[in-house]
Amino acid sequence: MKEELFVSGRNIPNIDPYLNIWHWQIPLYLFLGGLAAGILFFAGYFVVRGKEKEMKTTVKIAPIIAPIALILGLFALFLDLKHKLFFWQLYTTIRLESPMGWGAWTLMIITPISFIWVASYMKELIPGWNWKFDFLEKFEAFVIKHRVSLAWIMMIYAIILGVYTGILLSAFNARPLWNTSILGPLFLVSGFSTGLATIIWMSKDANERKILSRIDLVFIIIEIFLIVHLFMGFLAGSETAIEAANLFLGGEFTVSFWVFVVVIGLIFPALFETLEIWGMHVPKWLPPVMILFGGFMFRFIMVEAGQITRYLY
Amino acid sequence: MKTRRDFIKISTAGAGAAAISFKALGSKGFGLFESKTEGPVSDEDLTPYPTYCEVCFWKCAAWAYVDKNGTIRKVVGNKNDPHCNGRLCPRGTGGVGMVYDEDRLKTPLIRDTRKDGTQYFREATWDEALNKVADKMKEVKEKYGPEAFGLFNHGTPGGHFHHLLRAYGSESNAEPAFANCRGPRSSAYFSTFGAYVGSPECTDIRDTKCLVLIGSHLGENMHNSQVQEMSDAIDNGATIITVDPRFSTAAAHSNHWLPIKPSTDIALLMAWIHVLIYEGLYDKDYVEQYTFGLDYLKDHVKNMTPEWAYGITTIEPEEIRRTARAMADAAPAVIIHPGRHVVWYGDDTQRGRAMAILTALLGAWGKRGGLYFPEGVSVPAYPHPHFPEPKWTWKDWNAGRYPLATMGITTEALKASIPRYNYKHQLKAWLVAGTNLPLSMPDKPLFKEAADSVEFIAVMDTMPMDITGYADVIFPEATYLERYDVIRSAANREPNIALRMPAIEPKYDSKPGWWIAKQIGERLGLHDYFNYDDYSEVIDWQLKQLGTSLEEMKKIGVKKFPRKSGPLYLGDGENYDFNTTTGKIELYSVDFADHGFDPIPNYTKHPEPPQNFYRLIYGRAPMHTFSRTSNNPHLSDLMSENSVWVNPKVADLWGLKNGQEVWLKNQDDAITSFPVKVRVTERIRWDSVYMVHGFGHKNKKLSRAFGKGAADTEMITNVAVDPIMGGTGMRGNFITFLTEDPALEEKEVKA
Amino acid sequence: MRYAMAIDTKKCVGCGDCVVACQTENNVPHGYCRDWIVERVDGTYPSLSLEFRSERCNHCDNSPCVRCCPTGASHIEEGGIVSVTPHKCIGCGACIQSCPYDARYSHPDGYVDKCTFCLHRVQKGQKTACVDVCPTKCLHFGDLDDPNSDVSLAIKDRSWKVLAPEAGTKPQLYFLT
Repeated sequence: MKEELFVSGRNIPNIDPYLNIWHWQIPLYLFLGGLAAGILFFAGYFVVRGKEKEMKTTVKIAPIIAPIALILGLFALFLDLKHKLFFWQLYTTIRLESPMGWGAWTLMIITPISFIWVASYMKELIPGWNWKFDFLEKFEAFVIKHRVSLAWIMMIYAIILGVYTGILLSAFNARPLWNTSILGPLFLVSGFSTGLATIIWMSKDANERKILSRIDLVFIIIEIFLIVHLFMGFLAGSETAIEAANLFLGGEFTVSFWVFVVVIGLIFPALFETLEIWGMHVPKWLPPVMILFGGFMFRFIMVEAGQITRYLY
Repeated sequence: MKTRRDFIKISTAGAGAAAISFKALGSKGFGLFESKTEGPVSDEDLTPYPTYCEVCFWKCAAWAYVDKNGTIRKVVGNKNDPHCNGRLCPRGTGGVGMVYDEDRLKTPLIRDTRKDGTQYFREATWDEALNKVADKMKEVKEKYGPEAFGLFNHGTPGGHFHHLLRAYGSESNAEPAFANCRGPRSSAYFSTFGAYVGSPECTDIRDTKCLVLIGSHLGENMHNSQVQEMSDAIDNGATIITVDPRFSTAAAHSNHWLPIKPSTDIALLMAWIHVLIYEGLYDKDYVEQYTFGLDYLKDHVKNMTPEWAYGITTIEPEEIRRTARAMADAAPAVIIHPGRHVVWYGDDTQRGRAMAILTALLGAWGKRGGLYFPEGVSVPAYPHPHFPEPKWTWKDWNAGRYPLATMGITTEALKASIPRYNYKHQLKAWLVAGTNLPLSMPDKPLFKEAADSVEFIAVMDTMPMDITGYADVIFPEATYLERYDVIRSAANREPNIALRMPAIEPKYDSKPGWWIAKQIGERLGLHDYFNYDDYSEVIDWQLKQLGTSLEEMKKIGVKKFPRKSGPLYLGDGENYDFNTTTGKIELYSVDFADHGFDPIPNYTKHPEPPQNFYRLIYGRAPMHTFSRTSNNPHLSDLMSENSVWVNPKVADLWGLKNGQEVWLKNQDDAITSFPVKVRVTERIRWDSVYMVHGFGHKNKKLSRAFGKGAADTEMITNVAVDPIMGGTGMRGNFITFLTEDPALEEKEVKA
Repeated sequence: MRYAMAIDTKKCVGCGDCVVACQTENNVPHGYCRDWIVERVDGTYPSLSLEFRSERCNHCDNSPCVRCCPTGASHIEEGGIVSVTPHKCIGCGACIQSCPYDARYSHPDGYVDKCTFCLHRVQKGQKTACVDVCPTKCLHFGDLDDPNSDVSLAIKDRSWKVLAPEAGTKPQLYFLT
């Protein structure tokens, strides 16, 4: 029999018996970040493809959600800090090796971009909108003229934002559950999927919804594929990796993961979206809500479970 | 309209907030630029005060470092002190916690009765409390004689009260440390060598080539200098042999671990003696010159072969021979450690004798790497009149039994307090200083009855220990870091003394023991025995007699003196007169024979656990001193409760899981007041369980210790009394597991 | 200069002195600890082995905690001592997530804290509090680049191991076995 235990009474709050430093704020931030990334990517994509008119919700209306989501996400992140008065230190230095730093600066760039994007459509959405200041009018004209370039920049940063939410976790190899490079692409695809779900939910144009649903279906299938590979990777890994996988294969997260994330979040929406493409009537809001729910639960469970896995003891 | 009080409240809140923000801007720069962290203090900003530790009885000399705000930050060992060599143990390092523990006793307390009949402790002034005790002492003296006032003590606090009671006319005192701990070995070694092993024991561990631990869990009992020297011995490649039914820390660091069946140690010792004699491995010259009784011994152990011992102890005969030869190889640099807390089965003095005989056969007494001749500094007593002769003393409780006891036996003192035992000399009142009787004594019902029977109990302690719940008057003692005390002088390789002086003023309304004793003494008209104003005068006088002064000792803390009694060891073939009846080391004990006891130890079989029961073995943890430290914040952080060690096979049988809470019930149907967590571990035999002693406190005022773990002493109701010196053997108790709360079961039955 | 520590598991008795000494020296709040003792038991009665390890931050050569800090609060001091500047720390917890030894914790005041190899003592030529107090003298500290330092001599002729070498952090705590 093997025994390995602390015998000096170590019981540090939030560290023992399991790490529990990050609570709901980080998953919420990751979710909102992925969501915004998805929305902004597709807004830019369809502008580049020249489909502004057909994909009105995607390009002009849904992006309103993006800055709100990003600000909320940033606020959640701020709430998570334990030394809040010093949060501004984040912006005094650029540290390339720190994913947290990446996140701070990426957000610093993409949030203004999303504001500008939304602002550039204000006149179309709200008739009689006036910027009041001359330089703002000039700036708006500049943006509208260079919209395609802006779209490209936005798409690139949206991908960085989407991938970063996964890399943030996978950079911590000390937590065996996150120690896999699949997390980056997985969170990217998941984020884009949640973005698409939001746009589908908001859109009143059946054609637009059909186009987006098809894309979303592809992403969901990719997600399922990546999740399978995630588990295969763990089960072929070291003892700590196997233990991490076992949390989902009989351990405490089994039900919540497979039911909330996979069945409700991926399989059912895929099913409903397929049915819709085949012409059957499905409540418009159902698949998007399930995808959004599944997306948030996925990040929440990954953050909780990841902190439970550890190398030693 | 807001009242004036509300107004005051609001204004202070506002002022407070303004003050905080002002401070944030002021003291450490702007709040935004400087974090409000308080880091470590550099040694240059700290003032050291010499003291010696009181957390256990090893009394390591140390320096208490006080910062500019008058707070003791840390306690670090005195490098010149042979007890600690500059390194304190975890309890000494955590001793600061004792001073700043908010659960400390703060004011004198007197037991009083409310109108509805319930009793409670009310705060009183020192005058009131001291007067009450002094009056009671006068009363007892008139009615029954001063001898009827008894003292239970441990450590330096007791010393002052011992002095007080002797001046008053009583020598009715008992220390649990004797009959409930090391008593048997004192009597055993004294009858063999004519000398005591002392405390610290005179074991030359740092130079030994073979250390035998039978009845010692060094490393878990944190006898500082001995643990340090054991580490040195490991560095020097010494062979360590541990005999223990449990895989102790010492066993883990040993070359040989003998997992002996509990209660069979004498058989092993006698088998070792057999091997040494019959294989001719004993030190012939030494035995020839210094010992008496080899022929008797040789005859006595003829049939005590390793094969015979194997059947009893389950230790393989080859292993017995191997270890005996290892000891002989290392002789005379071999130590059979006398052990500590040797009160197991009632024949413990005989077991101590076997160990002493083994030591003598190996020629280790008085040799380098064996047992050395310690010497202490004799500190002159401060002048006082002759003590009055009491009409009877602690010896008289024994009424002729336990003839070789050298100190008062606590259980006898308890029985002498209970009228129905009809002792000729009865105790009517108690003074308790520095010992937590309810948790340290076996047979709790006996203690409770005794506490109920006496007319008066006064307790002096630093913490609201369980004993305070029985007191009529409680004196809050200042901790060792807040007071002057006697000069420490324990026998060692080099004679040395250590000074204790206060590092800070006593907190709350606590007072040093010497002051309390003196105040009571004054009230009893015994001023002449306390002819000083401050105890520092006594210390200064004594130090000047020794050729130093208080001023010098304040700077150095520890002072060593040259030996006067001769070298540490016996020279080869040197003539030596032992302080025994025969003048030689008695392999055959004439004293024992005279009193009708076995002159050479015999093995006796002791009761084994019945079906479904397991023998209770208990011991120490290195971060705690019995029950004294359970509430110390630093030390309870290290270990806040004990657990019951259960072998995995037994756990399987009972369906016990790691961390599960169980209640323990013993063979006399006693049940632990609190549950204890199970630790499933291979380190314990399947016929026994193990617990660390000192937990399961019942006094709610101990906020960190109350209800944590279970008290092993609650399970010790069967006491095997050693007929030779009254030692209370406690390892003959067996427990079984209760997985459901017994209190709930009772309720169900009643319904 | 490369500071490191060696822990002799053949002598450690798991007394916890290093834990208390660190607390009193560095004003560590109650309930928190910068170093701790791990007990490991192997085998079946009576063939058993037991190991006590006094563990703390490993002050890794390739420390993930320093790399992942977004503000630079986690940094390397002289001799490779990994340190935290409290007023630069935002309390994001990234470093806590990144440590495979779980050596860091969130101090109640908000910033992240851990063993500092008693930098304030080392700078004055003293040893760390835990090394100075250990009664079995099983802890050794010093400069690995100096062949005559306490720690260099300790690991010279002994077999040793480090914890979780597969994490690639190059820890500087050597457990002598």
